[in-house]
Amino acid sequence: MSEFPRFLNIPLADWIDTFMDWVLTNFSGVFDAMGHALLMMLLNLERFFLLIPWWLVVISVGILAWRVMHKWTMGVVMALLLVLVGSFGYWKLAMMTLALTTSAVVVSLAVGIPLGILMAKSDLAETIIRPILDAMQTMPSFVYLIPALMLFGLGKVPALFATLIYAVPPVIRLTNVGIRQVSKDTIEAARAFGASPRQILFDVQMPLAVPSIMVGINQTTMMALAMVVVASMIGARGLGLEVLLAINRIEVGRGFEAGLCIVFLAIIIDRITNAMATQQQKGLES
Amino acid sequence: MEHNNQADQAGEICLEVNGLWKIFGKKAADILDSDLRFESKETILEKTGNVMAVRDVSFSVAKGEFFVIMGLSGSGKSTLIRMLLRLIDSTRGSIRVNGEDILKYNKKQLRNFRRNTTGMVFQYFGLFPHRTVLDNVAYGLKVSGVSKEERQTRAQEAIETVGLKSWEDYHPSALSGGMRQRVGIARALTINPEILLMDEPFSGLDPLIRREMQDELIELQDRVQKTIIFVTHDLHEALKLGDRIAIMRDGKIVQIGIPEDVITSPADDYVREFVQDASPAKVLTAGGIMDQPEALLYEWQGPKAAIRTLRDIKEDYAFMVNRTRSLLGLVTLNRLKTVIQNNGSSLKKAFTPDPPTTNPDTILEDLFPIAAEADYPIAVVDEDGKFMGEIQISSIFENMIQDKEAVTDE
Repeated sequence: MSEFPRFLNIPLADWIDTFMDWVLTNFSGVFDAMGHALLMMLLNLERFFLLIPWWLVVISVGILAWRVMHKWTMGVVMALLLVLVGSFGYWKLAMMTLALTTSAVVVSLAVGIPLGILMAKSDLAETIIRPILDAMQTMPSFVYLIPALMLFGLGKVPALFATLIYAVPPVIRLTNVGIRQVSKDTIEAARAFGASPRQILFDVQMPLAVPSIMVGINQTTMMALAMVVVASMIGARGLGLEVLLAINRIEVGRGFEAGLCIVFLAIIIDRITNAMATQQQKGLES
Repeated sequence: MEHNNQADQAGEICLEVNGLWKIFGKKAADILDSDLRFESKETILEKTGNVMAVRDVSFSVAKGEFFVIMGLSGSGKSTLIRMLLRLIDSTRGSIRVNGEDILKYNKKQLRNFRRNTTGMVFQYFGLFPHRTVLDNVAYGLKVSGVSKEERQTRAQEAIETVGLKSWEDYHPSALSGGMRQRVGIARALTINPEILLMDEPFSGLDPLIRREMQDELIELQDRVQKTIIFVTHDLHEALKLGDRIAIMRDGKIVQIGIPEDVITSPADDYVREFVQDASPAKVLTAGGIMDQPEALLYEWQGPKAAIRTLRDIKEDYAFMVNRTRSLLGLVTLNRLKTVIQNNGSSLKKAFTPDPPTTNPDTILEDLFPIAAEADYPIAVVDEDGKFMGEIQISSIFENMIQDKEAVTDE
């Protein structure tokens, strides 16, 4: 049996552990403050979702779906899916999951869009960020749980943080692509009329990148929702926890029910944001 | 050709370009400092990997002049027009607009220059697909911070100038190519620029629309009197539109002159080749080749006086006009003789009322079908029907042959 030579060993794991220790001892204050801000946002959002009566949520989602998809049948279907979630007895947990997903998406956009712009504006930034994004997307999502746990302890905040890391790449990527694919002729015309780089960005590049960014938001949302189950391992409550408990206790029915609810949420969010993206695209074309 | 390098002495100079060079690549300055700069484009590319785009170009344009830069693709004309507002930076040389060297401008000065002094029209329109026609046209004003109300009023005026009224709220994608370019022109006009830069604005349009747009541009220029720099690869377009034409080849200007000079005395083989394609049949006009007849007949004359006139000038026909020189018809010797034999007393019985006519702007090519039908010379009349001159059938062909000789003999 051939053995890999020992002297070629790289103790990367040790290095990373040392680095994390160093971060923790020196920056724990920063992370505490950040964690607190995230927690406040998450809690308020959760409270908001649980405060609105269930029928209002169902009707609003129905109307929104009807409006963006231009089909009243779709509105009815989306509303019915949401009613089913309630019928399975998971309304409250679904709202908590929705709050976590929404928070993760909001933070993803706040971080991802500026990063995407930076990437589009500078080739150097693109060369650096692109492989990092590739790594972020191929890394098993469980891996993010460990540093999140170390930085923020157990609870909702590390769950949010892990979800954020997992879900942010698409919006960065598609913001970058959207801006870069704006035709050179259009940008040249703006320059010829004396537009500054900032005016070109906000008047021309960003509006024309909107359809692409919308696709990014759609993908980010889907990935955030997919991360919910994994994030429940470090203390996110909601539908994910139900699935996790069902696995531990080998309760097929319970797992299936909770799983279905996640699927329903995913379908609703996907169809609505997707329709919004196509609407933007059409708006540009006609 | 030296004497034509400068704009008309009478006109005030608006734009003056001196010793302008552009080399794309990292070794641009080194090439300019060595003898390599005299080498051909291909040699430079092979030896250094850099592309020589514009080579020692100098010219000046007077205020209100329509200046056409013509060349085939790769001649550097599109690069040159972009250098005039620094969309592409020059490697060396100077570009003076009203005496100021714009190559010395800082970023802010340059932006102000682009916002106020120049307006550009692009081959592929360069419209903003997410904005309505009105917002597209108003963009130049938005950039410089003009209030929404004012910019919409001014954009509206420009839209009406180019004949797009009632299309304000559409998006560019709803418009045809010709209409899109009207939006492009309106966008450039809205800022009321001193200089209008047009980079092959009509090349993307189909021939019929192209001709229509050219005619409208001429009409527009009569009204707005801008200094226009117009780039094209189409010689006919250049001849039709330009007060003066600069012909570019391999980044150099090989000839600058008024259209007639370019046609009749091409500076070198390259221009000659170009001009050969421009058949005189497409350039010369009826007004340019017509002659004055030795005599005309007047409607109040009697047949005997008329026959005497014809014998004096030794012709067997003459055109008859009225008091205001409007063409009435053609009188022939044979018809006159018949009238006199029948004791007729009025010339009116002797003339053919609708002889073949043409107007002075008609190009020779369009005279061919008329000439094929005509037994007598063709009358040239203006819009009001006034007689201006006549064209002998033989002179149509003589003019074509003569010009061919002038072109090939040199």
